[in-house]
Amino acid sequence: MKKYKADVVVIGAGAGGLAAALEVKKAKLDVLIVERAKELGGITLQCIHNGFGLKEFEEELTGPEYIQRFINQVIDLKIPYLLDSMVIEITKEKKVYAVNNNEGLIEVEAKAVVLAMGCRERTRGAINIPGFRPAGIFTAGQAQRFVNIEGYLPGSTYVILGSGDIGMIMARRLTWEGCKVKAVVEILPYVSGLLRNQVQCLEDYDIPLITNYTVTKIHGKERIKGVTISKVDRNFDRIIGSDKFIECDTLLLSVGLIPENELTLQAGAELSDNGGPIIDENLETTIEGIFACGNVLQVHDLVDMVTNEAKRAGLNAVEYINGRYGKELKKKDIIKCIPGENVNYIKPDIINKRDLSEEIIFTFRVRYPDRRVQIQFKDENNNVIYKKKKIYVIPSEMIELNLNLEETKIDPTCKSITVEVIPRPEVLIEEE
Amino acid sequence: MIYDVIIIGGGVTGCCIARTLSKFDLKIALLEKEADIASGTSKANSGVVHAGFASPREYLKRDMCIRGNKLYNQAVEELNFSFQRIGSFVVALEDGQIKKLEEQRREGTQDGVPGLEVILDKEKIKYMEPNITDEVVGVLHAPTAGIVSPYGMTIALADNAAMNGVKFFRNQKVSKIIHQNYTFTVKTKNKEFKASNVINAAGLYGSKISKMVGLDYFTITPRKGEYILFDRNAMHLNKILFPTPTKISKGILVCPTVSGNTFVGPNAQNITDKKDTSTTEAGLKEILEGGKKLVPNLPVRASIRNFAGLRAVSDNYDFIIDNTDVYGFINVVGILSPGLTSCYAIAERVVEFLELLGVNTKVKDDYNPIRPKPENFKDFTKKELDIKIKEDPTWGRIICRCETIPEKEILNAIHSPVGATTLDGIKFRCRPGMGRCQGGFCRPRLIEILSRELNIPYEEVTKMGEDTNYLIARTKDFRLNTIKGGAEE
Repeated sequence: MKKYKADVVVIGAGAGGLAAALEVKKAKLDVLIVERAKELGGITLQCIHNGFGLKEFEEELTGPEYIQRFINQVIDLKIPYLLDSMVIEITKEKKVYAVNNNEGLIEVEAKAVVLAMGCRERTRGAINIPGFRPAGIFTAGQAQRFVNIEGYLPGSTYVILGSGDIGMIMARRLTWEGCKVKAVVEILPYVSGLLRNQVQCLEDYDIPLITNYTVTKIHGKERIKGVTISKVDRNFDRIIGSDKFIECDTLLLSVGLIPENELTLQAGAELSDNGGPIIDENLETTIEGIFACGNVLQVHDLVDMVTNEAKRAGLNAVEYINGRYGKELKKKDIIKCIPGENVNYIKPDIINKRDLSEEIIFTFRVRYPDRRVQIQFKDENNNVIYKKKKIYVIPSEMIELNLNLEETKIDPTCKSITVEVIPRPEVLIEEE
Repeated sequence: MIYDVIIIGGGVTGCCIARTLSKFDLKIALLEKEADIASGTSKANSGVVHAGFASPREYLKRDMCIRGNKLYNQAVEELNFSFQRIGSFVVALEDGQIKKLEEQRREGTQDGVPGLEVILDKEKIKYMEPNITDEVVGVLHAPTAGIVSPYGMTIALADNAAMNGVKFFRNQKVSKIIHQNYTFTVKTKNKEFKASNVINAAGLYGSKISKMVGLDYFTITPRKGEYILFDRNAMHLNKILFPTPTKISKGILVCPTVSGNTFVGPNAQNITDKKDTSTTEAGLKEILEGGKKLVPNLPVRASIRNFAGLRAVSDNYDFIIDNTDVYGFINVVGILSPGLTSCYAIAERVVEFLELLGVNTKVKDDYNPIRPKPENFKDFTKKELDIKIKEDPTWGRIICRCETIPEKEILNAIHSPVGATTLDGIKFRCRPGMGRCQGGFCRPRLIEILSRELNIPYEEVTKMGEDTNYLIARTKDFRLNTIKGGAEE
């Protein structure tokens, strides 16, 4: 068995893993990256569209251009990495086991672990579309890989279910390749992805967006021949008589992303309802010394945000190794963060009280769009300790709030805070 | 070349007969119309090995089921497929149903079903199966019932049959049978096979094949059953749970699989189209509602797939196993539930028929009944794994992350005696694409491997045979073709 030692082992060499590893290296600690693909870069490599780097570099880059800047730094700083290497086990003692075909079984002994495995796409099964199970059904990201990396087309006429970002980007990409995208069908009354993608990928190419509809039947026994779409009511139940048939030879699914946490679970860390691990304000999971960042923690809107979060995870891993945290205090005296009205989830899930004097970065998403709202934090006795106005909120845009809790009216004995996004009281009065 | 026996149909019945006959010194061929064996009813059923008390006493299938269940022990030992005798509950939700359970217990015990017991102690029932509904008033416990992977067993049977000399021909839809001078000539689109004896195990198409030799004495009707499969880890059931049966069906069950998933289904709907394996909104709703009566906390949100299978139902709902008036032509049709349980008993009966037809059934010297257990990454210790990867590096390249399946297992599936030639073929042999991502990650890699191993272009790799190609063209070729097409117009 091949053995490696490192201060920090980073699992995944996508945008998150590379940024975390660079921070560790810059702090003069040893870091090792373990990646299951044959190259560094992760999913960003197949995202050949532009729109990356506006925050991080104040430039507009494609996915490969964006990630290459990090890959170059990894190479310049001589950070070691293992490719084509699949992690099969992480232990609480921070031993990481992986396999690859050159070295066989690999054991990495580390002082800290950064989880950066990313996310995967929801599938047809997860949404239970009735009908046949023919060839020609792909997730949008899978189609993206076939077209952009392998150079093959999954089909010629498409219906795309779900208006996630990858779905809309693939609608444009396939149109460029000479394919016909008949429609993007969205069950919600609004687009699930970013507004800029709705404009640049659908509207600019006259690709119809059909909201409040979903695919209710798949036709064709061998290869898909078409789909039935139906209008849905508020409870997403099919409205009888609203069925329409659309002929197509391919159905792409862009119905959401799920953090990929098999290893996290297997390591013994707890997950929260959003599918990502439970973390504290330092991005540390419920296992000491194991940190999480990027889409494995929560699905982000933009890669720039992943980079940012991953840098924090890398720095926190460094601080953990350098012994900044008083271990005896850890996770005993905590405040729980609870998603309240119109909040889907919130990170961090828990806050160590010893860190209250520092600024904490809260990230969360709303469940449904709203206008003229108030974001408010309440303690368990319903005292509002913090509030902020916002003109509009939408599920596709993550909300980030930097907050020093000590500067709020928080009661130091408080055990939990609930975060809510509610209509502003004065708006309610106006409307009355 | 004239075969001693041709078997038409590569489902569990055909493959079990093939494997049973492969011990004799006979020339045997099996013809399957689809791209792979186990492509019809045998891949989409409940995977339950029944104890045998459920069918009415006057039915042949009752005897076959009770006998077939007993034959599983030896089969598992020899063929190394996954089988777990976990036991089943028939669940009574009203006091009135207890009478039915008592009757089934009494008659089942008389007919040789071991260990049947009616349990009325709710605490005990809950202890044995904590997920069962609080509404339960009693259960009939059948400890000999079990679960099996129906396609896993069919593939094991086929592989062992092929090891012992049976020739498998896939993509061979039989179009015509000529019977002349005690020889059958079986024609397909591109081949012709001759045999002294023909066994019709064509499932849904059993009546069509039978008519080809002039035997038109039964019909086969498809009856659809829909299922929903849940993620592993979403729920752990100890027992197979049946509702108290009605006259029409054993009802919608909630059941674990040998891979650790849970499923709910099937419903029962008589249809006319033998290709209609589509699921329906109403059907999926029906099975969820049915399942919730037995297990109220079904993990609905953790569903990873829905599918439907078709039962091959004969006119009198019973098996038809006949040494027919056409000398040398044996019908084995109408094999609906409990056909999976019964297959070993059915094969025994076919052997008896062949003996009557004068076929030599002396066991050959080199018969090897053992299909070795496929080597599995997950079964290795770390040390073994290290050695395995050093011996063969393809053990170290993981293709399917959800199920942790390395390239080696996929290569083994492709190069086994009756190897996979399609993506579904790989999936049913070693599971990549069956996990919670349903192939999202591994599909491009599987296409790459199949293309390489079968030496075919990417575009010719299919999901399940003809007309099920995944990719239509190289991107630039497609553009060129559309431009050319446009110019011609």
